Amino acid sequence: MSAVLELPQPDVVPIPCPSIEPVASLNHVTKRIPSGVVALDNLCLTLRRGEVVALLGPNGAGKSTAVKLLMGLSSPTSGTVNIFGADPRNHSARMRTGVMLQVGKAPEMLRVREHIELFRGYYPSPMAYADIIKVAGLDGIESRFFGQLSGGQKQRVLFALALAGDPDLIFLDEPTVGLDIKSRRGMWAQIELLASRGKTVLLTTHYLEEADSLAQHIVVIDRGRIVCEGTPAEVKSLGSVTRGALNSRSIKIIRCATTIPTHVLLNIPGVTSATVSGELTTILTTQAESTMREILALDPSLYSIDVQSPKLEDAFLALTGEHE
Amino acid sequence: MSTATLDFHRFPPLTRNISIFLRETRYEFLRLMRTRSFSFSVVGFPVVFYLFFGIVMNRGQQIGAISVAKYVLASYAVFGMVGAALFGIGVGLAADFAAGWLDLKRASPMPPLAYVLAKCCSAVFFGILIVSLLALIGITMGHVSLTFVEYARMIALTIVGVIPFVCVGLALALLVPFSSAPGITNMIYLPMSFCGGLWVPLMFLPHFMQTIAVLMPTYHLGQLMLGTFGYTSTGTTLSHWYGLLGFTLLMLGIAAAALRRLEQSS
Repeated sequence: MSAVLELPQPDVVPIPCPSIEPVASLNHVTKRIPSGVVALDNLCLTLRRGEVVALLGPNGAGKSTAVKLLMGLSSPTSGTVNIFGADPRNHSARMRTGVMLQVGKAPEMLRVREHIELFRGYYPSPMAYADIIKVAGLDGIESRFFGQLSGGQKQRVLFALALAGDPDLIFLDEPTVGLDIKSRRGMWAQIELLASRGKTVLLTTHYLEEADSLAQHIVVIDRGRIVCEGTPAEVKSLGSVTRGALNSRSIKIIRCATTIPTHVLLNIPGVTSATVSGELTTILTTQAESTMREILALDPSLYSIDVQSPKLEDAFLALTGEHE
Repeated sequence: MSTATLDFHRFPPLTRNISIFLRETRYEFLRLMRTRSFSFSVVGFPVVFYLFFGIVMNRGQQIGAISVAKYVLASYAVFGMVGAALFGIGVGLAADFAAGWLDLKRASPMPPLAYVLAKCCSAVFFGILIVSLLALIGITMGHVSLTFVEYARMIALTIVGVIPFVCVGLALALLVPFSSAPGITNMIYLPMSFCGGLWVPLMFLPHFMQTIAVLMPTYHLGQLMLGTFGYTSTGTTLSHWYGLLGFTLLMLGIAAAALRRLEQSS
């Protein structure tokens, strides 16, 4: 083997590490929905082969929108979406992709077996039927009508449909919603198994624990913007992800007493959240230095300023509290 | 992944697409059959109406050269197939839409045409089922004499005649939210059937009703169906085909506009 490597052909040496070949990406994607709301704001996301990536964020953060864009179910207002080097609507891209969406209702009068057979039929080389049943844990309920299943069982059927084509890339939108702890652990084990077989998985979740235990890479988003990203360890220690102060994605909490209204604060680059409670305004920002300069310029009378690096849970409570 | 495999994926062989379509059709028909709220009402209404108006209340009169039982057979055959198309496509598609199920299908490599055609074929099968049941009732209980050629013509007309109403269903599914789809479908189905002379033969309706009937696709299909028995009350066969064609194009136009609107908002 070493003889082959020593051939004097430096130009044609393959990419040294095939595991970093991007499988799917969102490049500077902005998605504005007709009501004027910006669901995704200049979002960049790259999925590499064999990687489990978690898109973590509260409800309404834009997680499902990101999945729909990656599936070619909607098109971005600006930016590009790429799956296996092609447009996501490309037939060959769909052949290699499986998806589990948050589906309100599937045809209830079809049996579990029939649903799976139908989806297997769409692919030229689907996963073996028995394997799907085993992986999704559907043993014993194959002959039931979909409408007769419990919430967790329905969720597992949808997981089975995502795997039907033995895809290389799998999107799981909130896969464990409605599952009890045992089924949730079971599905986690299956997702890990998929990744160990070289499959690329993007899962969205609002459970930090789920992202932490499954993903090699976590992207935290809120209101369509990336709040922070990195390995679970990096994300958990937030502030330590710094690669130079300017491109730092780390989040800071700024507390101060100011007269600047929240809608003005939210328009400052980097600001992901602004809340007023009593005298104090709490601002979450990914670019603490520039945000500080901005707010000091906007409000010279600003006082009692305090800047902190939050724990992820803190950030999450602040982020999610906003919506509920 | 080699290029050869990718090319294969990009152009799936025709046979594979056909087998996807056949499986999709089989399961669509099965699921509609098993959904009793659908199958009972779509098959039950025309059967019950025909039993009432064609058999029980029939005193052996004639309309033109054919018996009332045979005349009404044509009307309720059309009434039945229109219902199958409107509810099977309109309400069925609206339900898939609303629940996000269609998104999952669209995200899969399923050929979209297979999905739409499967729905259409199921409507045709229900149409054939209804027409055959009514014919059977007519022959056994209403002393209707129906030649095999007449029956074959009825079936052929069912296959073609469902198309305009499939298009109405498509337009409805794209325009109307699922929660109100069954109600609105009935609001279109029942008046359209009555005004088209499917419940009560047109000549018994007031004159102005006879005039507006010309606008109803149900009227044109009803007249074509009567034509399979060699009977036409008004208009030429060609004018009825034109009537159906015009209506189909109008509905397709509405459906296309609705689809464009949906795509822009997604």
